[in-house]
Formats: sequence, C-alpha cells, structure tokens
Amino acid sequence: MWEYTDKVQEHFLTPQNVGEIDRPSGTGDVGSLACGDALKLTLKIDKNDIITDAKFKTFGCASAIASSSVLTEMVKGMAVDEAAKITNEDIAQALGGLPKEKMHCSVMGREALEAAIADYRGLKLPKAEGEVVCECFGVTDLEIIRAVKESSLRSIEEITNFTKAGGGCGKCEDKLRKILQDTVSGKSEIFIPQVFPPKKMTSLQKIKKIEEVLEREIRPGLKKDGGDIELIDVDGDFVIVALRGTCKSCSKSQTTIKEYVEKKLREFVLPSLIVEEDN
Amino acid sequence: MVAANPSVIYMDNNATTRVAPEVVEAMMPFLTESYGNPSSMHTFGGLVGQSIKDARAKVAALLGAEPEEITFTSCGTESDSTAILSALRTYPEKRHIVTTRVEHPAVKNLCENLETVTGHKYRVTRLKVDAEGMLDMAEYESALTEDTAIVSVMWANNETGVIFPVAEMASMAKERGILFHTDAVQTVGKIAIDLKSLDIDFLSLSGHKLHAPKGVGVLYIKRGTLFVPFMMGGHQEHGRRGGTDNVASIVGLGRACELAAEKMIEENSRVKQLRDRLEEKLLAIIPKSMLNGHKTKRLPNTANISFEFVEGEAILLHMNQHGICASSGSACTSGSLEPSHVLRAMGVPFTAAHGSIRFSLSVYNTVEEIDVVIAKMPAIIESLRKLSPFWKG
Repeated sequence: MWEYTDKVQEHFLTPQNVGEIDRPSGTGDVGSLACGDALKLTLKIDKNDIITDAKFKTFGCASAIASSSVLTEMVKGMAVDEAAKITNEDIAQALGGLPKEKMHCSVMGREALEAAIADYRGLKLPKAEGEVVCECFGVTDLEIIRAVKESSLRSIEEITNFTKAGGGCGKCEDKLRKILQDTVSGKSEIFIPQVFPPKKMTSLQKIKKIEEVLEREIRPGLKKDGGDIELIDVDGDFVIVALRGTCKSCSKSQTTIKEYVEKKLREFVLPSLIVEEDN
Repeated sequence: MVAANPSVIYMDNNATTRVAPEVVEAMMPFLTESYGNPSSMHTFGGLVGQSIKDARAKVAALLGAEPEEITFTSCGTESDSTAILSALRTYPEKRHIVTTRVEHPAVKNLCENLETVTGHKYRVTRLKVDAEGMLDMAEYESALTEDTAIVSVMWANNETGVIFPVAEMASMAKERGILFHTDAVQTVGKIAIDLKSLDIDFLSLSGHKLHAPKGVGVLYIKRGTLFVPFMMGGHQEHGRRGGTDNVASIVGLGRACELAAEKMIEENSRVKQLRDRLEEKLLAIIPKSMLNGHKTKRLPNTANISFEFVEGEAILLHMNQHGICASSGSACTSGSLEPSHVLRAMGVPFTAAHGSIRFSLSVYNTVEEIDVVIAKMPAIIESLRKLSPFWKG
C-alpha cells in the first residue's frame, strides 16, 4: 500500500480538468500503454501568451492521475514562460509529496507540459536528443542528467524512481552509475556520449515503429480480405501477433505471417525481427 | 458466517487469509500458560511436544501423507529454498533445474540467483505457457535430461489460479530419476491432495494461505528421499530443520488443516459458485474485459480479470474506497515497473496486463459481498476509462 497524501487522494478521486481541449494551442503526448502510464495534455493559450485552459487525459496509477490533475490547476492563468519553469519537484510539492517510487509520475507531468509548450511554439522537443541509456523505457542520458541535477539524486535507485531508467531488465545499471558519478562530480558538462555503443532502437521505439508499419503496410491488405492483425507483444527480436477476422481461420495464416508480415516488418523496422503467431 | 471486519469485503485470499477463529482458539493456550519447550525433558514441555505431534498428524492427513514426511518451516519460501537446495546438494554432479516462467518469486528468484550468483554453474530451463497459462508437455519432456537435478513446478498459479498437471509431471520426472518439487502454497485446502499415490518428492505449503497465521509453513519430504537441511542447528524436526518450534503457529496450522479438510467440498461448490457468479457478471457487464487463465483448469476461488485501457493500481484504490480488497498484476502496485511476469509470459497484451485485477475468495465470502462488487465495479472502470487517452468508447 502506498502512502499517499490527502492531496493526492483528492486529485485522484475527483480529478480536475479531465478531457481534451477542442483545437488546442499546444498538445503534449507522453508515455505509452507499454510503459504503464501515459498523459495527453492540451493547452489553450491566448494572444498574450497566457494559458487560459488546460485539460488532461491520463492512463496510469493514482499518482499519475493526481500529478496530471494538479498540473492543470497549476498552469491555468499562468504565462507560458512561467509555466515552462515548472519542474517535477514543483508538481510533487503541490501534491504534498509523492512516494519516492512514484516520482516518475511527476516527471511525466513535466514532460507533457514541456511537450505542449514546445508544440505551441513550434519547437522540437529536447527529449528526442541524447543517447538512449535505458532501452526498456527509452530514457536518454540527457533526461537522466537533468533529473539527477534537478532533484539532487544520489543513487541508481533514485534515478529509477524518478525516470524509470533501470526499472526493467536492469542491464543499464553500469551506465547509470557512470552518469551519476559524472554528473555529481560535475563532469557531465563535458559529457561525451561516445562512451555508449552505437544507437540502437529502444523497445518502445521498436513497438511504435512496428505498430506504424502494421497500420500502414499490412492492415489495409488484410482488411480487404475481411481480416485484421493485432500486435500482442515484442520481446527482443520476437514479434508476437494475432490474426483476426477471416485471417484467423485461414489455412494460409502461417504463410501470411512469414511471407507477408515478417517480410514487411524486416524491411521497414529491423532486419533481425522474427514474427510469430500468438496461439 | 460473520465477517471479521464488517466494513471490509476481503477478496485477496491468494495474498493471505483470515486466521480462522477456531485456529486462534487452538493456539491460545500455547501463547499463554503452555509455554514449555517441546524438546524439554519435563512433562511441562513434553505435553507441548505432544501437541506438535498431533498437528503433524493433522497436516499429514490433509495431504495424504505420513506424519514423519512433514517438516515444519517458517514459510512457503523457506520450504521452496530448502527443497531445491537440498536436491542440488544431494546430486552435486547435476547442474540443471527445470521450472516454469510463471513461478512465484520464491522459486523464480532462487533459480535466477543459482544461475547468476554461481557464475552460471547451474542451468535453468523455464517452461513456456500458452495464452491460457498452460504448459506444453512435449516441451517439458524434452527439457528433462540426465543432468537435471530437480524439477520445481507450482501446483497452481497464485495470480491466475491455473492448475498444472503436477501428478503426470512428477511421474515423468521419477521415470528419469529426477527429483520433483511442487510449490503447492495456493493449492492446499482448495483441491484434494493425496501424496501417497503421487511421485512428488517435495511439496511446499504456507500456513497463512489456509487460515492459519503467518510465519509457519511445511515442507513435505517423501519417505526415502535423500535430504540435506537448509537451516542447521538443533535436532528439531528429526534433524531436518534446526530452530525451536513455532509451537502456537504449528498447532494453529494443524487445526487449519483439519478445517480445510472439512470445508473442501464447500470450497469446490459454494465458493466456486460465488467466483463464477462474480466472473460471469463482470465479464458480461463491463466491455473490453477478459479472463486471464484457463477457464476450467483453475482453482475454485480465483478469478483474474483484465479491464483494458485502465491501470490496476487506480482500479484497486477506487475499490478500496468501497472497502473491497483485491490485487493487481499492474507494475504500479509493486516496486517494479514491469507488469506481472505471469501475464507477460501468457502473452497478455500490455493494454490488458496493466489493468488486471485478481479476485481470490474464501469460505468466508458471501453472495451479498459478491453482489456489492458486481454493483460497484462497472462505475469504477467507466470513470477511469473516461480519463484514459486510449479509451475510444
């Protein structure tokens, strides 16, 4: 049982500003179903750069919902420049604190706000830069360095609690330790990303890309024949899919999977992928 | 039956159970006036020793075993570790363990440690499960090798209630001279067990899952099985487990086993009907909900249901507002960030794995409680889906 403050409980049980703004000035869409939490933040901003309205939709635990709700209350009426200064610590503080394992929920709030403001200003997101360190959750070195500095993190466990990095397979632990040491000792200013192996696709990037290719290249063909396909899981290079509709009972389903789906995914996503049918 | 706490609807019995009032009653003398050490020479202690003997016989009766095959431990985890490590010490030349991908952490993490901490001195085969959580017996057969020291397969899964064919699996292991251990923590008291007719060498059980207190468990060791103790110390438990007996809890466990035998039919009829009622109604009323695990090859008390596009912890906290206790396979209910390894092994999609709720009943549940849950759940799920960016309902 998590120890939530009354403020968290209040925002979780009666969330404020739920929904999506029609024709928003800026939208921030962060997280994913695979991660276990996701937030879509929409802002209405007037010509004086004042945020006049904010709404959210969140998939996630109580802290994720409460962080989103309190964030919308915080930014309403604020100038965009002011809102851009809000940190995840501010969000957590507005809730009277969050359990340390849940700090990543407040980070998600800040990321969505940042994304929405960047969208409003027509800017590229800073998140896309940097080298991916945690492949399970697609967390980059820049995000980790920022969290270490902003929240004065001093252990790998704290990094995981704040950014999720290292919370999956744990293989990036050594890299996290190095980032932590370098950042704390001030070396991160001259941080050299080359210490990491060449860029690889994160699990999340992979899933996203596979979904895109399924939607664009594969589904239309199957649907013509009254069939459909669903992505069940991605485990390393193994892509597990389920055929639906007429495809389900089709005797040629194995051929469809190997000759059609696998070929396309190898072509557009990664040549090493192996597609298997979920049974 | 009067509920222990009338404001609570307790449907989390695979996590732990209410200590039966009859069990508390049986334990009380040993927490008060009968405080003697069962190993003592005097009659004052000797009488306590007699109570442990009685408890051992009651546990043995529930399992279809002999009293001397019962060793009391501190919990299910200790029993699991004891069995597996004993097998590895008995056959030091064998370096292979067969288990499944859906074991409880008590076995899962021990096996991981045996691989990594020993520098991969031991090799572990983890059997796959299908979408319904069932094993592939052909895969099992081919996993058994001359190098295999022990097979450790749970009898029933704690998250889904799916029952594995351990009787058949134990026979297959025995034919090849391989020891067989089963973690039956979720099974004892829920389905009938007759160990004398089975080839199971080790079986673990935990008191607090069958209405005895926490802190007491049992390892069944089949007569004639070579054994190396885990807890070294005094001569207690015939030299199989050192440490002064947890007398009150052992007596309580004996009484709980007696009660479990009496209530076995109720568990498999009335409790099962309650579970079925809960499950059928929820699946029918709430769109995009699905059952996790095999429909029939399952414990009578467990229903694991996924509600797509919402997150488990959020569901549980809303249920908590109504005093309803259950569990979730969601990552956010645990320290980890990945959802349940059991549901992931079954290939349950992320959309559903994060929103899984496990209802686990006991003989103390009533039809009124079931109907409260059926009445409350749809609104909880709907309110969270309204918040979800993925819900297009």
